[in-house]
Amino acid sequence: MSGLISVRDLRVSFGDREVVRGVDIAVAPGETLALVGESGSGKSVTARALLGLTGPGAAVTASQLDIDGRDLRAASEREWRGVRGSRVGLVSQDALVSLDPLRPIGREIADTLRIHTRLSPSARTERVLEVLREVGMPDPEVRIAQRAGELSGGQRQRALIASALALRPPLLVADEPTTALDVTVQARILDLLGSVTANGTGLVLISHDLAVVARVADRIAVMSDGRIVETGTVDEVLGAARAQQTRRLIAAIPSGRPRGSRLRPVDAAGVIETRPRPTAERTVREETDPTSPILDVRGVSKAYPRRGTEPLVAVDDVSLSIRPGETLGLVGESGSGKSTLARIALALTAPDRGEVVVDGESWSTLRESKRRARRHLMGAIYQDALSSFDPRLTTGQILADALLVAGVRDGGGRRARELLDSVGLPSAVLARRPARLSGGQRQRVSIARALATSPRLLLCDEPVSALDVGVQATVLDLLDDLQREHGLALLFISHDLGVVRHMSDRIAVMHAGRLVETGDAEAVFAAPQHPYTQLLLEATPTLPQSGR
Amino acid sequence: MTSPSASDLRPTAPRAGAVGRLGRPLLIGVGGGVFVLWAVATLTFVLVRLIPGDPAQAVLGGPGSQASAEALAAARAEYGLDQPILVQYLMQLGRIATLDFGTSYSLRTEVAPLLLSQLGGTLLLAVLALALAWVVALALALASTRGGRVGASLGSALEVVAAGLPQFWLATVLILVFSLGLGWFPPISVPGPIGLVLPVVTLALPLAGFLGQTIRESLLDALEAPFVLSARARGEGERGIRLRHAIRHAAVPGVALSGWAFGYLISGAVVVETIFARPGLGRTLLNAVTVRDVPVVIGVVMITALAYIVVTVVSDAATRLLDPRSAA
Repeated sequence: MSGLISVRDLRVSFGDREVVRGVDIAVAPGETLALVGESGSGKSVTARALLGLTGPGAAVTASQLDIDGRDLRAASEREWRGVRGSRVGLVSQDALVSLDPLRPIGREIADTLRIHTRLSPSARTERVLEVLREVGMPDPEVRIAQRAGELSGGQRQRALIASALALRPPLLVADEPTTALDVTVQARILDLLGSVTANGTGLVLISHDLAVVARVADRIAVMSDGRIVETGTVDEVLGAARAQQTRRLIAAIPSGRPRGSRLRPVDAAGVIETRPRPTAERTVREETDPTSPILDVRGVSKAYPRRGTEPLVAVDDVSLSIRPGETLGLVGESGSGKSTLARIALALTAPDRGEVVVDGESWSTLRESKRRARRHLMGAIYQDALSSFDPRLTTGQILADALLVAGVRDGGGRRARELLDSVGLPSAVLARRPARLSGGQRQRVSIARALATSPRLLLCDEPVSALDVGVQATVLDLLDDLQREHGLALLFISHDLGVVRHMSDRIAVMHAGRLVETGDAEAVFAAPQHPYTQLLLEATPTLPQSGR
Repeated sequence: MTSPSASDLRPTAPRAGAVGRLGRPLLIGVGGGVFVLWAVATLTFVLVRLIPGDPAQAVLGGPGSQASAEALAAARAEYGLDQPILVQYLMQLGRIATLDFGTSYSLRTEVAPLLLSQLGGTLLLAVLALALAWVVALALALASTRGGRVGASLGSALEVVAAGLPQFWLATVLILVFSLGLGWFPPISVPGPIGLVLPVVTLALPLAGFLGQTIRESLLDALEAPFVLSARARGEGERGIRLRHAIRHAAVPGVALSGWAFGYLISGAVVVETIFARPGLGRTLLNAVTVRDVPVVIGVVMITALAYIVVTVVSDAATRLLDPRSAA
């Protein structure tokens, strides 16, 4: 046996529900295996089984389960504890919650050493600083005493990786290690993970996004419904995908896909239709009234006072406009001020300077009592749909509420059913609470609620960032369809350039409160002018062209 | 890479020192405490004036106390009752600020030294009860989160029952079983540790129920948290998970609750000190109320308010030490 891990016929079940149904995995030293699949495909459970961490309710069997030369099929909890941290390291998704928020990161990283070695505390500190330097942590002497909450997203993820690497385990398992990160940070973390394998460490990388793993993986295994449906080198899988599930995953990736093409085929047979749909209607609309914008933001600024230091300038002299039926994509990383700009556009935050005009009439300068009569012109959807609902209300009540605001008395719930139908949900959803719906269904309900007032502008603040690629594809398709049907204008805010590019007619790039670049979407992507836009573009994961 | 010596690598960090992190909230706490004391003093002043009839009479035990004319005149002079009301008010604030609560007419002694002599016993009782409650609550929470669903419901049931036990009933049962039945402890509180056992248990058990419920709930949350998975993935065992991670998260709401618990313990001391015939602030208060000894009542109210404020400030500070995020 030459590999680091060699797993055959791995099965994991919870009660009578089998979620991993006969998976074979082999990883050689220095090799990166990407385990890709949609949520619920069993990839995370498979990853945890490699550390014996499937939990007390799980039954795990395998005909072979060798990790670094040990047969762990019948390993006791004690034996597993000896493996975890020293033979296999785990990096999980969100470092803010995956590192103990009450303890300094140095302690968390040193724990691995405390548990498995007899190093003295000062020797441990030395090794912690060394591994922090290896993962590219700036100022490790300072960071070692800070808690996860005091670090930036990228630094936190580096700390988490350092805690998994402290003992240089021969195998690293990374479960969606970049999902919560901005694209430029994601690119650097992926580079870091790629460099870890250079010294012979094996890496199992779990992700829902093929474009992310294409960058670092040697081999890809596509999981669906508890099984590996396709496996091969990156080129084999992306270039000549055989399994229908792989083709669906590839088609779902928005980056590099022309505006208006479907990401999720309607076709039940699994035939992927990637041609752009006719855009006749769109051209007509653009010709009718190119001059009067539905939303006109004129030189707005907003600063927040901070104790003991300069005020934080969240939005700095930003002007933009959106015409009816048009999509303006607003791109920027966390902290760039795009959400503050969205709040100003919705008149939830008053700008310090500048003005917002909606449909040719003043908006941000109106008193709220006057503005309320015109609020129906704008709808909004957010990243976390669930927290935007009153948890005690059913979907039907939520929609009835929104319709009431729009002045529609929806006696029999006919309009609510129409709204649900327009977002592709069955009317059975009416009686259910959003907490019992899936992430994609919730976002559909929030879109239905936004449509209740028949708005002319839909403001979408990171609408798909919390969804996995497959669900994201269906929601993006839906937004595109709705725009076509209702002539909606979209202000589409996202940190993900691939998504924005796929959705937008024009693009505005925001950085540190300022608009650094605006222009026609294709022009911006073809020839980005501002260095920051170029940086974003380079960092965005894309599939190699052979994948198309 | 040059290799700096280990001493160079010690954290030189902006790790806010305990004083820096606590100084500001502490000041706010003390300022707030002074305000509350002033409010309590004002309230007692108003309440005494609301007792029907002659305030001098009220100070001496209310109507029907048959105080002599000389005693009434002395009280009027002492409290400045012949002065305008504003002067009376300022005089009372001044006296309270200097811990001068006047003379108890029923016990014929100065109130302040009397209360100070009683304070120690009650504080000892409250602190021991709080400590015991924490030990019981933590043990119950840790034990009941180990045994799966059955253990959890058993622990939860025990806590609900404990939290619902009335102190006077619990005290009576404890006396019946452990004093009169088994003869292990004296039925009335005698000096020394043995006399403290039953009163402390009476106060601690219901409190342990309350504390246990919050601690167990947050312990369960902490044990499900992603950082626990990370710790397990480092090879940490069950004990390490609980001691190094979960318990600290679980303790935060419990510590915050302990400020409230102290108020509960002081009011409980009234019942417990009376039943076990134990000297203390609670029993002094009960006696003073029965004979309408207003100076003593005011003194107890002020001292209790002061103690309550101190404990609240301390538990706030402890919460901040446990969870630095709450200092923001």
